[in-house]
Amino acid sequence: MQNQKLISSRSLILMAVLLAALALFPSVASRYYIYLAALMLVTGLLASSLNMVLGFGGMYQFNHAVFYGVGAYAAALLTVRGGVSPWWGYLVGPLAAALLSLIMGIICVRLSKLYFGMLQISLGSLVWAVVFRWYSFTGGDDGLHGVPVPRLISSGEGAYYFVLIVSVLCLALMYLIVNSPFGRVFMSIRDNPERAEAIGVNVRLHQLIGLVIAGFFGGVAGTLFVTVEGTVFPDMLFWTLSLEIIIMCLLGGWFTFLGPMLGGAMVVALRAVVGTYTDYWTMVLGIILMLLIFFLPEGVLGFFLARLGRGRTAREEN
Amino acid sequence: MDTASHITLAALGQQLLVGLSRTTILFIVSSGLSLILGVLRIPNVSHGSLYMIGAFVTYSVATFIGGQTGFWVALAVAPVAVGLLALAVERGIFCHLYEREHLMLLLFTFSLMLVLGDLVKMTWGSDYRSLSAPPMMQGSFSLGGMPFPRYNLFLLIMGPLVALGLWALTNKTKIGKIARAAAVDREMVAAMGINVSWVFAFVFCLGCLMAGLGGALVAPTQNITQGMDHAIIMEAFLIVIIGGLGNMWGALLGAAIFGITDSIGILVWPQFAIVFPYVAVTIVLVFRPKGLLKSTW
Repeated sequence: MQNQKLISSRSLILMAVLLAALALFPSVASRYYIYLAALMLVTGLLASSLNMVLGFGGMYQFNHAVFYGVGAYAAALLTVRGGVSPWWGYLVGPLAAALLSLIMGIICVRLSKLYFGMLQISLGSLVWAVVFRWYSFTGGDDGLHGVPVPRLISSGEGAYYFVLIVSVLCLALMYLIVNSPFGRVFMSIRDNPERAEAIGVNVRLHQLIGLVIAGFFGGVAGTLFVTVEGTVFPDMLFWTLSLEIIIMCLLGGWFTFLGPMLGGAMVVALRAVVGTYTDYWTMVLGIILMLLIFFLPEGVLGFFLARLGRGRTAREEN
Repeated sequence: MDTASHITLAALGQQLLVGLSRTTILFIVSSGLSLILGVLRIPNVSHGSLYMIGAFVTYSVATFIGGQTGFWVALAVAPVAVGLLALAVERGIFCHLYEREHLMLLLFTFSLMLVLGDLVKMTWGSDYRSLSAPPMMQGSFSLGGMPFPRYNLFLLIMGPLVALGLWALTNKTKIGKIARAAAVDREMVAAMGINVSWVFAFVFCLGCLMAGLGGALVAPTQNITQGMDHAIIMEAFLIVIIGGLGNMWGALLGAAIFGITDSIGILVWPQFAIVFPYVAVTIVLVFRPKGLLKSTW
């Protein structure tokens, strides 16, 4: 891997075209579609942040939504209750999520797989329960509505461009992290923790750092959600959303870097399209997921990358 | 917390009994979950949906027949119906997935939860339903000056009965012993010429039947709503975890911790009562991450 280029020129061109298309999108699309595209970016970023630990670290993070929600709530509460400029939220939201991730990580990281996931869920439920009930501070089950957004980015188009720029920056950062020596070690832990331990890797520490990174970017996604929707509510922290995020990773391809982005966009699009025809959209999602588990366990992007035989999937089959 | 000073001993006792009847429901549901986890090693997220279906079926059967017999018939029919539904799902789809990773199995049961949730909405609509307790168990009797619902007493009797029955089934019958052996070493059991696939089907069916029974028993005590599945499954999972995966007595202990902290929490600080069980669970897990009792894994 050492002398391989970080990004092949072919995919670089593809990225540039995609980015140009995304940048020009608001000039051709209507308000609703701009909003939807922004939501897809936010959701995709959220799924990508989970995949940092799920796909690349092999850690069963079952309650990732908590970091999304805490990031969003921290940003919203800072403005609504603290009365400071909303711009601060973009700094405080992700940091609050990262801090929570650190605390929960310290408690959970000594456990493996299912036990890890279960303890994460229980700690996450605790946070959810507090948010859900603390009416005077968090707004309880009603959440907070009309959260102020900086004027510069408060319009639909402004929010879209802001979300686009931040998501692309975050994705680039995550890509660098995954391809850094840290990322390589992280993946080696996923593939064989005992061997990694044997060659002198501090497994727990790497996992903890991975969790904090994932929590941080989950928090970024949360603040972007506030930018797009101007609202926060406790369902953002609920465990069903966490499992939905896992579905997104799986749907797009959890061993590919951009798979979760695609999966997140697909779930948002599905909900928007199916939701206009029927009230039973979750059933459609459930059936799609069942089919996916049977026929495409590597996800959509993973399937195509394997088919094309090029592009590195994160998990090298041996 | 000045509210605490208003708590009388009688109120505390009453609330403790309420907590214990809640424990019964939680135990019945989570023992089924624990059974499936212990033997099949599947975190069955759809367990809560089956509990909800159990409650809705109980409602429908009990109101269709009506009166005293309606409830008793429903109490027998609902768990069996849920068990058969689970058996169909297991034989139809699920049994082809056992070799997959835990995460895939978990996501499969989650998708099943999504589908079942919408099926319930299609069948029973979005309105909540309520079912009154059977006539002989309506009303309450006085307990040290505090009223205590008769139906809750019935629940308090049912809890130990179910625990005993489940214990006898897994420890005294042949199939129970085979299931326990399969939990420890499924290859060995298969090598002895036992059809492990059907043992798994039996365990899955039995575990889900418990979810249905829990739903049937809870029906007269609360509103039967969409969303019952979400609420119970998280609690059941945490109970199983703090008790020790796959350990039935652990499920009982965990259910008691959950039920009692919840009911005492209502007395102490109503607004945050929902938080208390989660705090208790977190404290347990920080010190005993693998649960209080020995896991069968």
